[in-house]
Amino acid sequence: MKFTASRLAITVWLIFILGCGAIISRSQFTADLSAFLPRSPTPAQQLLLEQIHDGLASRLILVGIAGADAPTRARISKQLAQQLRQDSQFVSINNGEPVTAKQDQAYWFDHRYLLSATITPERFTIAGLHNAISDSIDLLASPAGLLVKAMLPHDPTGEMVQLLTQFSNSRPPALSDGAWASHDGSRALLLIQTRASGSDTDAQQLAMAQIEQAYQQAAGTHTATRLEMTGPGVFSVKSRNTIKAQVSLLSIISVGLIATLLLLVYRSPTALILGFLPVISGALAGIAAVSLGFGTVHGITLGFGTALIGEAVDYSIYLFVQSEQRQHELWVKRFWPTIRLGVLTSIAGFASLLFSGFPGLAQLGLYSIAGLITAAAVTRYVLPHLLPDNFHIHDVSAIGHKLSRLEQSAPKLRWPAVAVLLLALVIVVQNHDHIWDDKISSLSPVSKADIALDTQLRADSGAPDVRYLVVISDTTQEAVLRASEQIAKVLQEQVELGGLGSFDSPSHYLPSVASQRARQASLPAAELLQANLANAVQGLPIQANRLTPFLSDVASARNQPLLQASDLHGTSMAMAVDALLIHHGTDWRALLPLTALPNTEINAEHIRAALRTHALPNVILVDMTQESNQLYSSYLHEAILLSLGGLVAVIALLFVVFRSPMRVLRILAPLAAAVMTVTAGLVILGHALTILHLIGLLLVVAIGSNYALFFDRNANAPAIAPHTLASMFFANLTTVAGFGLLAFSDVSILQAMGMTVAPGVILALIYSAIFARNAHAEN
Amino acid sequence: MKLLKSRFALLPLTLLLCSSLSYAASWDIDQLMHNLALSRSGHASFVEKKTIALLDQPIESSGELLYTAPDRLEKRTLKPKAENMLVDGDNLVIERGKQKYRLQLQDYPELAAFIDSIRGTLAGDRKALERTYQLSLEGSAANWTLQLVPNNARMQQVISRIRIAGVRDEVRSIDIAQTDGDSSHMQIEKLATP
Repeated sequence: MKFTASRLAITVWLIFILGCGAIISRSQFTADLSAFLPRSPTPAQQLLLEQIHDGLASRLILVGIAGADAPTRARISKQLAQQLRQDSQFVSINNGEPVTAKQDQAYWFDHRYLLSATITPERFTIAGLHNAISDSIDLLASPAGLLVKAMLPHDPTGEMVQLLTQFSNSRPPALSDGAWASHDGSRALLLIQTRASGSDTDAQQLAMAQIEQAYQQAAGTHTATRLEMTGPGVFSVKSRNTIKAQVSLLSIISVGLIATLLLLVYRSPTALILGFLPVISGALAGIAAVSLGFGTVHGITLGFGTALIGEAVDYSIYLFVQSEQRQHELWVKRFWPTIRLGVLTSIAGFASLLFSGFPGLAQLGLYSIAGLITAAAVTRYVLPHLLPDNFHIHDVSAIGHKLSRLEQSAPKLRWPAVAVLLLALVIVVQNHDHIWDDKISSLSPVSKADIALDTQLRADSGAPDVRYLVVISDTTQEAVLRASEQIAKVLQEQVELGGLGSFDSPSHYLPSVASQRARQASLPAAELLQANLANAVQGLPIQANRLTPFLSDVASARNQPLLQASDLHGTSMAMAVDALLIHHGTDWRALLPLTALPNTEINAEHIRAALRTHALPNVILVDMTQESNQLYSSYLHEAILLSLGGLVAVIALLFVVFRSPMRVLRILAPLAAAVMTVTAGLVILGHALTILHLIGLLLVVAIGSNYALFFDRNANAPAIAPHTLASMFFANLTTVAGFGLLAFSDVSILQAMGMTVAPGVILALIYSAIFARNAHAEN
Repeated sequence: MKLLKSRFALLPLTLLLCSSLSYAASWDIDQLMHNLALSRSGHASFVEKKTIALLDQPIESSGELLYTAPDRLEKRTLKPKAENMLVDGDNLVIERGKQKYRLQLQDYPELAAFIDSIRGTLAGDRKALERTYQLSLEGSAANWTLQLVPNNARMQQVISRIRIAGVRDEVRSIDIAQTDGDSSHMQIEKLATP
């Protein structure tokens, strides 16, 4: 009977592990900010999400070539660009070389009568022509005259000048030896647009490798130059690699550390290997559960999993150390209920995270629940069957007795502990309004050096830093283009008033059909135009017969097919229209990015007010930075509320089990004290708390509840056994080893968790000992 | 800042050297450039007459010129239509009424060459001038004419020659002859520095 039960347990466990392995082998892993995006977004958040995933800015890679001299850098830049232009992975490679200048110029010139906003019937009356031609002659006299002289016979009304004015707001980088260079002349610059979206980390990694390879070819092996890359996609790739590298490194070190520690305690390799089985089972179950529940597993979840090794290994420690001489049935009877309650307490705490709208948090919640249940269940139902008959670990009584003496004198520290607690409370209360960091950047796994390089390259290249967007939604392309034209007028007023540097609009490059038709209809028939022109040049120093190319151009423009998006193909504007005019399901959306005047901020309220005066529906101004910060801060508040919910669940659970408010209070008091002290410590050290610190605190409660439950006992129960004390001590050491390592991680989110949990669990153990009811003293 | 200070510090010395040298040394381009480079800023009025084949008669314009070493040049046209042109480094801004054109000189090499012929002369920057032009000098320090002929094929297609005439360290006229036959003549008269 016993034989079959153990076989059944082991078989079920093996099938379970294989199942988890199969799921994990098909899992997707990511490391971008998508874990921080909401599951049910508002329209503005939806836009933010799309822009982060797939927007123009997300697909941008900024490349710098530094070192050596300017001609060398320019040569490398040109060769690199030439090679990458052959590659279909890239939509555009811009390094200042005039590769599309001819096509761009031709697009503007050939369609000027459809594109120019100045084309109205009045423009072609005698007076209209007279004024326009007079203006052009004046321009001829100016320094820019040289530029318009050749065009004047074709374009005496100056439509090209009109068009170019609209688009001369941006400031491209300076040219050095025919390629873009930074202001300080220290590096060559390229702006590269990938075809793949910024959230497709694999494709971004491939693109980076392609750039790297092309650079190696262009630069040769003995180069004094170096390649620099930045951009959202690059950040995703680097973050993923950093998290991957750190998670594997930390896992190896923490497993090594915990293994050494346990080997010292057990002096039995068998015990060591068996002790890790619940951990590995738990980790696999956690990842598999997240993969099933969410589709993708975030790198942070894995990092968190590494740390959870430190907690899951506790269960086997309790089993090995607490059960005396293979009396596992006795252990199950005496200790399992306490451990089970500890697991339930942890689950009650983490379950609240499942309700988070923040997928990153929900993943952590699910991972912990699945991982802890599995680890505990394997310890309880599988591990005892796997222990060989001659299984024994080194006798830890000596340590147990020492700890026992310490424990008995612990209550002497009650008053000093109370003083520390009060101090912590004062610190927390005094700093209560700035304990939390509610900026999303606090979660970014990107290093400060990378951010500095990004800022530098962006400033040098004038690459868009899309913060403010006017977003227009409607059901057809025509509708959003028409609305864009109206909004463009409002924004143009703002530019002229000095409230705005410039803006872009898809309608600049692709006017609505209605506008194009109206412009085409404004063009008079050949005879009328000829007659008007003859009259218009009266009093001007130009003969009408010099302007015959104008007459034929207008005549052909009258029958010109209207512009479509496909006409932009081959020009540099194709990409812009692609990014600014988005077809999404049944919805069309136009984006009009705003650019502030140099060294000023855009007054969003002012622009919103201006937009409101036109009362157009479905038009919103989105501040991407504010939107993402707001998003994160709402998560943070939600997470705080959920944690409080978790706390209530824990209290309720304990109350149902013990039915004694005093006892529940006695169990929770050391945990609350540990949380308070850690928070105060972090505040003193100048760390603003993020959502990950909060998770860390939750973990302190989860792990610490085991200690508190072991120390808790009825007034008439015997003193705590030395073996139990030793097991808690070892469990604590392994937890501290696991989480303590995270504190040394470069990834801020992992570091945050490490810094919170490692000191937290030590404090939880100490406070539990100090505030435990002292059986000897009270009996 | 440091550069500026050292320039000022050297000023009396160079002045002294120049005045003594100008008697001794023969009159040459270096000498002229040196003298021109000494004036760090200038304010002048201009009258410009452009002869363009496309137009029946020359167009005349007038206004003021403001120069600040080494590369800021402002041309304020008052007649026939108010217009302001500002070149600062590589940036060219032209304002005409409500319209503002912002250009990068690097995108318009022909325009850049025009502007640099004037800026380079005012700055006394021989190196900059010789990048695009071959220089030759006639006359004396009291009455000189500097001729600039483009030295590359691209510019030769646009400009055939530029003649800048002056008196001592003052530019008095600029004549530009374009390859297509169009030409311009600008008369410059020094005004008190504002």
